[in-house]
Amino acid sequence: MNPALTQRFPGIRLGLIGGVSLVLLSLIGMVETFNQREIISDLISMGQTLLLLTAVFIAYLAAKRGREHGRAQVFGASITAGLIMAGMLTLLVLLGQAINMRQVFINASPVLFQILIFQQEELWAGIGLLLLAGALIGFSAALLCLLPHWLRRVITTGLCSVAGVGLLQDLIAPILSDWSLLADFTDLLFPGNGLSISGAVGLFIVVAALSALWSFRGQALQTRIKALPPQSRRGLNFAALLAGALVMLVLPQVLGLFLSEVMTIVGLYILLGLGLNIVVGFAGLLDLGYVAFFAIGSYTVAILTSPELGFFDWNFWQALPLAVLFGVLAGVILGVPVLKMRGDYLAIATLGFGEIIRIMVLSDFLRPWLGGAQGIGKIPKAAIGGFEFATPQEIYYLILAGCALVGFISWRLRDSRLGRAWMAVREDEDVAQAMGIELVATKLLAFATGAGFSALSGAIFATKLGSVYPHSFNVMISINILCVIIVGGMGSMPGVAVGAIALVGLPELLREFAEYRLLVYGAALMAMMLLRPEGLWPEATRQRELHEEEDAVRASKLAEGSAGPRS
Amino acid sequence: MAVITITKLTKQFGGLIAIENLDIEVKEQSIHSVIGPNGAGKTTLFNCMTGFYRPEIGDIRLDDHSLVGLLPDQIVRHGIARTYQNIRLFPDLTAMENILVGMHSHLRSGYFGIVLGLPTTRKEEQKANEEALRLLKFVNLAGKGDLLAKNLPYGNQRRLEIARALATRPKVLCLDEPAAGMNPKESQDLMDFIRHLRDVLGITILLIEHQMRVVMGISEKVTVLDYGKKIAEGTPTEVQCDPRVIEAYLGRGSATQPCAA
Repeated sequence: MNPALTQRFPGIRLGLIGGVSLVLLSLIGMVETFNQREIISDLISMGQTLLLLTAVFIAYLAAKRGREHGRAQVFGASITAGLIMAGMLTLLVLLGQAINMRQVFINASPVLFQILIFQQEELWAGIGLLLLAGALIGFSAALLCLLPHWLRRVITTGLCSVAGVGLLQDLIAPILSDWSLLADFTDLLFPGNGLSISGAVGLFIVVAALSALWSFRGQALQTRIKALPPQSRRGLNFAALLAGALVMLVLPQVLGLFLSEVMTIVGLYILLGLGLNIVVGFAGLLDLGYVAFFAIGSYTVAILTSPELGFFDWNFWQALPLAVLFGVLAGVILGVPVLKMRGDYLAIATLGFGEIIRIMVLSDFLRPWLGGAQGIGKIPKAAIGGFEFATPQEIYYLILAGCALVGFISWRLRDSRLGRAWMAVREDEDVAQAMGIELVATKLLAFATGAGFSALSGAIFATKLGSVYPHSFNVMISINILCVIIVGGMGSMPGVAVGAIALVGLPELLREFAEYRLLVYGAALMAMMLLRPEGLWPEATRQRELHEEEDAVRASKLAEGSAGPRS
Repeated sequence: MAVITITKLTKQFGGLIAIENLDIEVKEQSIHSVIGPNGAGKTTLFNCMTGFYRPEIGDIRLDDHSLVGLLPDQIVRHGIARTYQNIRLFPDLTAMENILVGMHSHLRSGYFGIVLGLPTTRKEEQKANEEALRLLKFVNLAGKGDLLAKNLPYGNQRRLEIARALATRPKVLCLDEPAAGMNPKESQDLMDFIRHLRDVLGITILLIEHQMRVVMGISEKVTVLDYGKKIAEGTPTEVQCDPRVIEAYLGRGSATQPCAA
């Protein structure tokens, strides 16, 4: 084969991969749906940003591969990739002009093709622009690749923050304009749909400058903090914790109704995630029926408090301990028979248990007690004294308290003899047992703790909604929570929060995503497994270790380099 | 005084008899080796002793307690700890955590003590940490406590595994091929270390090993297995001259040669 061609191989191959992704994104309608939102007014829309980011990422990968073959290949590889991607979109446009694809791909509409050729009247002018854009993307990705590390980070941080602010404009603008001081500023930043050009440039400069400052001064600051005596370091940690708590407390007042509602949903997932994190993340027991305990908590509160059924007339606080207790008991009852199984078998057994609970509450047989398909309504709100947790802003505090409690318990358990036993079981069950760990008791404890947390969040869920329905407890909830943990980082508690914000919060905020939620989930999971298997916010030890490994590799490479080639 | 008494032990896997009618006595504070060709049943013996396998016939006694039928976690609490032929550390835990897991059965804190952070729990954790640090130092891994077990070099992993076993405070330590994959210098260090272990801690050491130099160098008594049966027992020199041992290792006919020792 021609050596020049093989050298350009990364560019060609990655270009084809990128091209297929771009065509796919267009054909499933993501580009068109996202196009309604402008990131920068009259300049670039969210749909275009989606294509642009994908293309730049792929071209950047190509440039990186090209660099392995020498500096000259950097531009060759990435421009090739950029042109191939643009070329494949061109083919899509031409195909769309020639035949009507809408019988198969309902999203292959003229509007889509108009977007792809930059709304040009002339088809060929548009295609020319598209190819030019491809080449430019390749060129800039190559430049990005050749920049020093810190500068690259500064630029990408700046661009990402512009894209992020543009994406979340509907949320940011109203919050900013609430404060009279900032109202004029808001009008300047968001003139209509999307950021103003000057606003975008200003934002980029501010964020880039901050990022540059951090990359030069951050290291020094970190070492200075590390050099502090432990006493004042603890003080600093405490101050940070206090500041964080304060922010969390005033947040719903600042954010308003809609965002507080989103926060409560995210909070419930964090609560659920922290519980499942003990079972899956700490003890390594794959539990796919986790939603069952959530349902048990919800239904316990509903039955004990709702006047609709008429059995009991308790208030929320009387019902809550019983709900948690029932969750724990259910965990033990399910745990005893199934915990002898390992891995996949355990997952299937728990999956079945989750379905059993859902079908049970749905059944007509139990309707007088559990309400059947109509569920149970009129669940009273929780109240302390005269204060009622009714609006999302108020329920937020209930959930915050729950998260704080559960987070505290998990944190204490993790660094204890029990946490270590769980992790030992996760790593190697047989050896853990040979180290004196009673397997059944240890696993049951993890299972019951997770179930109790799940029941707690179920109880809060019931009073938040005011009613419970069987369909709120389908298997997708279990899967979603599992995704939250995997994306956040298995066994990492801050990871649960990050994962919940990314997978639950963001889709709530971006209404365009709703349709593509599962697709984005799938893509996010695959990308995580390939690029960052340890999660977005992994456990501290793991992260540190990974970096040390990298350092060690770098050091050994350096040593080899200085020793010269071996004979 | 025998600390471990094995009588008439038999373990079968289907039709295969892995151990047949085996009697072994291990003296207290001795270094006792079990050797034999591949597949002789050495590791099976360890697995029976530590509760991984349940023997069909026979008895294993530690002091006066029968260990047959007990679970591995119960046996380790009686005082037998082991290492593994292919190292089995908890790879994603740090060296320190590996040792702390070994102490599990000596820690008492319960669920509520942990969650509430009771003073007794804290004191216990602090003591456990101190002991773990001492053990790390004892096996020459001081300062490496924060490294993940899987990132330690091979020799360190072997020593960490021994430290983890010691953390259970055993009366008898079973080492399954500790010198596997070591060069002569490293196995010499290991021999010194095992002897030091016995002398300082006063524990009994039961050793499976293939490197004859190690076996003959430190053992006080050697038991030779072949096809699950004991074919010889005695001091290293006695065993070396036993015609049946030479036959088992070198094949029939070799036994006619005079013994060098």
